[in-house]
This record gives sequence, C-alpha cells and structure tokens, in this order.
Amino acid sequence: MAKRFSALLQFALVLALGYAIQMAMDAGMINRYYAHVMTVMAIFVVGAVSLNLINGICGQFSLGHAGFMAVGAYTAAIITKNPDLILPAIFTGNVRFILATLLGGMTAAFVGFLVGLPSLRLRGDYLAIVTLGFGEIIRILLLNWDFVGGASGYFGLVRHTNFFAAFLLSIITITIIRNFIQSSHGRACVSIREDEIAAETMGVPTTRYKVIAFVIASFFAGTAGSMMAHLTQMVTPASFTFILSIELLLMVVLGGLGSITGSIGAAIFLTYAAEALRAFRAYRMILYSLLLILIMLFRPKGLLGTQELSYGLLKESFKSLRTRWQRKKNDDITAAAE
Amino acid sequence: MLKVENLQVYYDAIHAIKGVSLEVSQGEIVTLIGANGAGKTTILRTISGLEKAREGKIEYLGRDIASQQAHDIVKIGISQVPEGRRVFTNMSVTENLELGAYLSKDRKAKADSLKRVFEHFPRLYERRTQIAGTLSGGEQQMLAMGRALMSKPKLMMLDEPSMGLAPILVRQIFSIIKEIHKEGTTILLIEQNANMALSIADRGYVLETGKIVMQGSVQELLASEEIKNAYLGGEAAHS
Ligand SMILES: Nc1ncnc2c1ncn2[C@@H]1O[C@H](COP(=O)(O)OP(=O)(O)OP(=O)(O)O)[C@@H](O)[C@H]1O
Ligand SMILES: [Mg+2]
Repeated sequence: MAKRFSALLQFALVLALGYAIQMAMDAGMINRYYAHVMTVMAIFVVGAVSLNLINGICGQFSLGHAGFMAVGAYTAAIITKNPDLILPAIFTGNVRFILATLLGGMTAAFVGFLVGLPSLRLRGDYLAIVTLGFGEIIRILLLNWDFVGGASGYFGLVRHTNFFAAFLLSIITITIIRNFIQSSHGRACVSIREDEIAAETMGVPTTRYKVIAFVIASFFAGTAGSMMAHLTQMVTPASFTFILSIELLLMVVLGGLGSITGSIGAAIFLTYAAEALRAFRAYRMILYSLLLILIMLFRPKGLLGTQELSYGLLKESFKSLRTRWQRKKNDDITAAAE
Repeated sequence: MLKVENLQVYYDAIHAIKGVSLEVSQGEIVTLIGANGAGKTTILRTISGLEKAREGKIEYLGRDIASQQAHDIVKIGISQVPEGRRVFTNMSVTENLELGAYLSKDRKAKADSLKRVFEHFPRLYERRTQIAGTLSGGEQQMLAMGRALMSKPKLMMLDEPSMGLAPILVRQIFSIIKEIHKEGTTILLIEQNANMALSIADRGYVLETGKIVMQGSVQELLASEEIKNAYLGGEAAHS
C-alpha cells in the first residue's frame, strides 16, 4: 500500500515537473528552439525505450522501428486531418488528437503482430531481415499513396504536440515497459535472450512472449510517430527511413541493451548531438556506423550494460572511485617517502 | 510411464535416429548409453519436443505427446537437464532456479521447491546470489539439475551430467541423482560414462548410430562381452 502510494506520488511529482517546464516554455522562459529540441528528445525516449524491449530485453534484432512509427504517424495524421474519417466528427481538437494517437499505436501494434508472428517463430536473424524489408515496403507504399500526398508528404496538420504531451507519453511508456520488465513476464523475456532453448524447456512459451513484446514495442513506436507528426505538422515518407531505425538502434546499443535508463540517457544525448551537429547531417550515416563499431569494440554492453542507473549504483561507483583515489593517494605518499 | 516406439528422426537428409524403441516405467532409473554421435541427445530432444520425429510414437502416461510443443511437455511433468547445462549466464543462481518453476504460479509451492533444491545442493545455497556464468562447471551442472527439479517433475531426463567433471564430482552428482530418484522421481539418464551410469541404473539401452543394439537389466549388460569391450573397456581394466 505504502509502496503503491509512493509510486503514485513519484509519478505525480514527475508530471508536475513536466508541466512546470511546459509553463516555462509558454511563458517564453525557454526559447522556442530549445522547447522544440526537448520535445523531440521526449519522443525519441519513447522510440528508444520501446525498441529496447525487443532488442535489449528479449534479445531479438529488429531494424524496422521507423516503419512502425510511420504507420502510427500516418494513421493519426489521416484521423486528425479528416474530421469525419475513421472517428466520428464529434471528437475534435486535442481529444481527437489523443484518440488518433492511440489508434495510431494500435494500428502499428496490429501491423507488428502481422510482421512479428511469422518471423519471430524462427530463430536467428530472420527478424532483422524481415523488419528491414518491412520498413522499406511501408516507405514505398506511402510514396505511392496519393491520398496522403505521395512523395511530397502529408501537410497542414495542426500542431497538437507540445512538450508536455510528449513528456507524458514518454513517462507512460517508461512506466508500462518498466512494469512489464519487472514482472514475471519480463523475467521470461530475459530468459529468452539468455538461452531460448533452455527457456523453452522451462515451459516459457517463447514465441508468444516475443510476439507480445514486439506488439507492445510497435504500439509505442506508433504513438511516437503520431507525436512527431503533430509536432512537425507534416509527415513524409522521408521522415521514416532506415536511418531513423538505425538512430534508434544506436540509442539502445549506446545506452546498454536491456537498460531502460541507458536508453533514456542515450536518446537525450544523441538527439542533442544530432542537433548540435546539424551542419554535418550529410555524414550522419558514417558517424552512426563508426559509433556503432566503436561501441561494439570497446563497450559491447553499452555504457550501462544491463544495469539500471539508480541511486544505489551511483553510490557504489562513487565508493569505488573514492577507494581508487585513496589508493592512488597512498601510492603517491609511499612513492614520495621512497 | 514413457514409451517410445519406432522413432525416426532426420536432420534434413541426415537420418539420425533409425527406429528406436524404448520404455521407462514409473520409479525406474533407465540409462541410455552410446558413443559420440550415436544420437542420444537427439532422442532426448525429440522426447522433450525440441525436435520433431518424422515417424514413431512417443507416449507418456498413456497420452501421445509426439506433436506437443516443448513448453507444454514441461507442464505434464517431464523436465530435462540439457547437454552442456545451458544455465542463464547473466542471471543469479536464485533467478535461474525460479525460472525452473516458471509454470508454477503458487508462491508457496515455489518456495518449497527452492528449499528442496537447496537441501540437495547446499553449494547452490551458499552461492545463491552469484551470477550463474561465474560458477564452476560442477556448480553449473548442479544448477542445471536444481533448475530441472524446480518444476517437480515426474520424469527427469539428464543428458551427460558427468561431462567434463572430475571423478569425485561425478560421484557426488550421481549420488544426488539417486537421492532425487528415492524421493519418487523417475530418471532417464543419458551417459557416455557407462560405468557410472550402470552403477545406479535398473536397466539400460545401448545406442549405436541411431539404433538400439542391446538392452536389458544392468546385470545383463555388465555381463555382456561386447559391452565390456566397447564401453567399459578401459575403466573395467582398472578395477
Ligand atoms: N542440428 C543438427 N543438424 C544436423 N545434424 C545434427 C544436428 N544435431 C545432431 N546432428 C547429427 O545427429 C547425430 C546424432 O547426434 P547427437 O547429438 O544426438 O549424438 P549424441 O549421442 O548426443 O553424441 P554426444 O555423446 O557427442 O553428445 C550426429 O551424427 C550429429 O552430427
Ligand atoms: Mg549428446
């Protein structure tokens, strides 16, 4: 009881913080450019944390996250732009946007189910190949679909997304995925990553879990797509290319496969870095590839490994730093004495 | 309890199991011995649902289980200690064991199983928080056995539990298998170490390139000249 209360309190405090930041933005205390970047960061947190559920927790390799974002983005955009399509016209404004985002997520989840079921039954790298192909197929379909503008994109969306909306979505994503991981279902997923055959012989229905995780992740990718669409006020097939999937993958790998806090940190850092290095945008694929190779060489478990950044971990690393420093000081003293 | 009839298993074009029949009755320790590549692991994997037989019947407690999936086979009381242990390397000893009881939703039953495993393997209790990947080979073998016990199996299948272990540890592992058996678990034991296997078994089967070439009580097998030469040769000479 007390635990649930403190969790609720924590949740409320975090939301209040997000709301305060939004108010500061509205009052002009944070300039519009930074407000935009912070909103994008929150959306990427949703993308990275959900991808981590597949790639980090379950140990499956998906390269199609951008495709699911595209499905969510276009679905939601069609709903908000056409006042009587799919949803009845009585839903307007932000309510329509919220419902459209949910439906965008659900459509992405459904597509995730269709893509995941056949490819997740097979062991090995089939998922990587299938999701890679899936992302391209989605992009090409959108390119040729005139109703949503084809190659030039779908324009004139209302700017429903603000920082608080994206922030709220990221908190919901983190909470749901964290609860999933900490439940017995999460443990089952980790056992699949560790040794799929052994997991199966413990009675873990491995295919079912992989599909469930994949569907959950696709859902959140879809909602992130909707947020992004209603932030930039347009969607084009070029917004959701393979490069976006790689960017998300890089966030997951950099933060540590299986570490939620790692993904959050890496999403924030890489979004910031991408903004700061806007001048070198043309070279970003080279940069990303290099970064991926470097991480694999020197820090294959990512910056945080599978650990979560917590107060306890901070305290421990501080302690180990201090003993190391102390030892060095002692060494210096003995060296000086000699 | 378990009845395998005319089992045929292929890996693509490779005919690995060529019409094997064997039987395990409730309360027995049955051993399946054979040289490298004879097909022992394949038989075990087929019984547990990880490989599919092209032909043949697998009956367990009167039910045909040949078409069941691996995760459903555990539900009906067959667990296995796989070849090469396959512990979850990045998880702690306790987490590994808890996954062994994945199917049990009853917390108290789980705690009881855990207690029972720790009684059989005090070493695992000492190391309960250690990460499984850092355990020694013998300890990992104990963990794999403990994990298989957690589901309270009626039939436990072990694939070469003595592999890579020092003789003293092998003896220890085998005496634990006997303990587990005494508590009412039927055992199907796959071994290359025929000496040890026959020392605790009731009956045995000898497998050669996918076929059973001999079967019988332990006394019969031990008395056979062929077995002595082919499987007990070196070691029999010592004793
Ligand atoms: N996945 C596989 N694909 C193709 N052939 C396989 C596969 N697994 C086993 N085999 C072949 O099937 C035959 C039986 O192998 P199996 O592993 O069952 O033997 P084993 O008796 O357990 O041997 P060991 O004592 O060395 O463990 C071997 O010839 C092996 O090469
Ligand atoms: Mg084998």
